[in-house]
Amino acid sequence: MAALTEEQTMLKDQAKAWVSEQAPVAAFRKVRDSGVAACFAAETWAGMVDLGWTGILVPEVYGGSGMGYLTMGILLEETGRHLTASPLVASALVGATALLQGGSDAQKSAWLPKVVDGSAILTLAVDEGPKHAPESVALRAERAGSGYRLTGTKTFVLEGGAATLLVVAARTAGKPGETAGITLFLVPADARGVTRTALRTSDCRGYANIAFDGVEVGADAVLGTVDGGWAVLEATLDRARAGIAAEMLGTAAEAFDMTLNYLKTRVQFGQVIGSFQALGHRAAELFTEMELARSCVEGALQSIDANAKDVAQMCSLAKCKAGAFLFNMSNQLIQIHGGIGMTDEYDAGFYLKRARAVEAIYGGQAYHRNRYAILHGF
Amino acid sequence: MAEARDQLDTFRAEARAWLEQNFPKSLVGRAGEYMVVEGDVRIEGDALAWRQRLGEKGWGTPTWPREYGGGGLTQLEARVLQEEMAAVGAFNPIPMLAGMGVTMVGPTILEYGTEDQKQRHLPGIARGEVRWCLGYSEPNAGSDLASLATKAEDKGDYWEINGQKIWTSGADISDWCGALVRTDSKVAKRDGISFVMLTMHQPGVRTRPIKLISGASPFCETFFDNARAEKTDLLGKLNDGWTVGKRLLQHERASQTGGNPAGGGRAEPLQDMAKRYVGTDDEGRLADPDLRVRLANHLMSAKAHGLTLSRIAAEARGKQQVTAAASILKNSATSVAQTRSELTLEIMGHQGVGWDGDEFSGEEIQTVRTWLFGKAMSIYGGSYEVQNNIISKNILGLPETTQKG
Ligand SMILES: Cc1cc2nc3c(=O)[nH]c(=O)nc-3n(C[C@H](O)[C@H](O)[C@H](O)COP(=O)(O)OP(=O)(O)OC[C@H]3O[C@@H](n4cnc5c(N)ncnc54)[C@H](O)[C@@H]3O)c2cc1C
Repeated sequence: MAALTEEQTMLKDQAKAWVSEQAPVAAFRKVRDSGVAACFAAETWAGMVDLGWTGILVPEVYGGSGMGYLTMGILLEETGRHLTASPLVASALVGATALLQGGSDAQKSAWLPKVVDGSAILTLAVDEGPKHAPESVALRAERAGSGYRLTGTKTFVLEGGAATLLVVAARTAGKPGETAGITLFLVPADARGVTRTALRTSDCRGYANIAFDGVEVGADAVLGTVDGGWAVLEATLDRARAGIAAEMLGTAAEAFDMTLNYLKTRVQFGQVIGSFQALGHRAAELFTEMELARSCVEGALQSIDANAKDVAQMCSLAKCKAGAFLFNMSNQLIQIHGGIGMTDEYDAGFYLKRARAVEAIYGGQAYHRNRYAILHGF
Repeated sequence: MAEARDQLDTFRAEARAWLEQNFPKSLVGRAGEYMVVEGDVRIEGDALAWRQRLGEKGWGTPTWPREYGGGGLTQLEARVLQEEMAAVGAFNPIPMLAGMGVTMVGPTILEYGTEDQKQRHLPGIARGEVRWCLGYSEPNAGSDLASLATKAEDKGDYWEINGQKIWTSGADISDWCGALVRTDSKVAKRDGISFVMLTMHQPGVRTRPIKLISGASPFCETFFDNARAEKTDLLGKLNDGWTVGKRLLQHERASQTGGNPAGGGRAEPLQDMAKRYVGTDDEGRLADPDLRVRLANHLMSAKAHGLTLSRIAAEARGKQQVTAAASILKNSATSVAQTRSELTLEIMGHQGVGWDGDEFSGEEIQTVRTWLFGKAMSIYGGSYEVQNNIISKNILGLPETTQKG
């Protein structure tokens, strides 16, 4: 762990206790089995709001605590450990960040207090195909009277079913593939012409495809500048990547702990299986990877808080390293548990499924390796 | 805080002024000649003068106490000194000239030595005049070091030493040796070992250089044939050599993992070198897409290692649990450095197999030698596998197997 302030340490302990009591994997299992459309339990979300987690990034003037991204990461690591289902990432991390990065005073006053008190759930609608490709935005926004008319489709929108306000990346000029000509819009999820299709995914998180069929919004719906939305979008995505990398680190760290525990308790050939050097070395290598990934995740969150020049590099690094570790760890979680890891009754499968789903969000390892190379000039 | 910063600034000015006066400009950019790990380096002229001035000032071993020839600086001051030296192209040749003296033996003497030992041994190391080697490994005691057999017999007023060491780095050019020897063969392996210090300049000590795959001969077989160590040169308590010896290896690991395994002091970033050899496509990307991906991966791993070093330093300041993450550093540093060498070789293509001759640049030949020598990193100082044993047992708490065969 990074050197934490007293306040951060308290929050971490509180989060650890609350998540394991109120929102453990068992609660996630219950949500899955009950088939709740939103894929999270209302009381879990209400609990997070009560704890002030939705206001971690929001400045005090808008009702939050403005504690920053490292603090947010600490919480997300804990929710990641237990696969806690909620719109915390979509709304309090990504949605709040988009408003903070691009919002006018009026937009921030209108929406940030609602993010904090949970009466609004925000999410970012950016991708339009099976792969994360933010510059490929094709959804059109045409001038219509004093406002705009949006037509097109967004895919895999995180908490797209539960969201009440969508931050939509649309094309107002240029061609898909160009970063210029993208504009962000705030679109109420119940606007006329918005059709949402909930997706049933293996990891049982709330995603939706969202069709926009001539959805009309006013000029005041523009977040940031017309045609110049890329800078806000990229800054938002980077903060989202670092935050989700913290969640992934938590998910993988829990998988590591479960595996280590099994290595110490499962007996075969008259001894615990962790005494076999092949497995001991695998554990050592996973531990090494975990420590390196942690440094990257915390480093990225700290560089965001410090407003450093290398935020983009650091966030790609964090998403990539957390992704690589979670990939390996989730596979080893199953392998080292043997047959029991394959059963639905055991939790290991949840971690494997989540690992692959979260890998695809906001760019996987290949996306970020490529980006890292570009940012380093090669 | 502010006061501490003022003091550092004062020290920075002092260091800058001293370097301005004492570091010979003729040596700028020639660090490489004096910082090589392999082999004997003749030091003369300006370099000799520089070593003497640095040694007198104590800044070759900046954090050692002044009474033993050190600089008496704090860690922060030492960091400032390093920055100021880098800024004017100065370098510190003393750690290299003292062999294992500065990085390993000295810190261990500071911790376990008697006052007499500190007085006799440390100043020579601090001046870079006395070179030390380490006699740990034996033909039949490598990773399983505790099974070493070289014997020290109590002869009343001295220890008589008989046996053979191997892989003793720098033995043929060293003045002194710190050796692990068996002083009791009736007890458990680890309980009968002592750490003795002996001069290499005596008839009972013979060395035979061993040639490495890199072509250099940085280490030797060392034969002790009725060699003599003084009674006053037992470091730590009798039969407590395992503790002393292990502590010394921790200093070794610290010195191996603290550097920048990716940078290697080379000015040109690896990706620029890659573009130079391999070329780019229309969009300025490396023309070999497969290499490009692996290069990006390597840069990320190097960055992750660097971030881990800073994180551990920050945690140490905040006094959280330090040791757990530190256990990964040796293997992490090793794999970053070895991967870097492999990639550099690959980038150079046919030019990356040169051994000698004008058809290859000095950089190309050095790359080959560095690549080969670098294979040792995962063998010495606790092999890659032994490091993983340490992590799995000491850090993760996994038990040892009882499985036979
Ligand atoms: C360049 C260089 C410089 C050196 N300098 C010095 C020096 O100055 N002084 C000195 O005393 N020594 C020195 N050494 C020796 C070094 O410490 C030994 O090489 C090292 O301890 C390994 O011992 P070994 O070579 O006998 O290999 P072995 O111990 O025989 O190992 C062979 C293989 O078996 C593996 N292995 C061994 N035990 C285990 C285990 N329990 N579990 C899993 N795998 C295992 C090892 O990882 C390795 O892959 C140097 C070595 C090199 C390469």
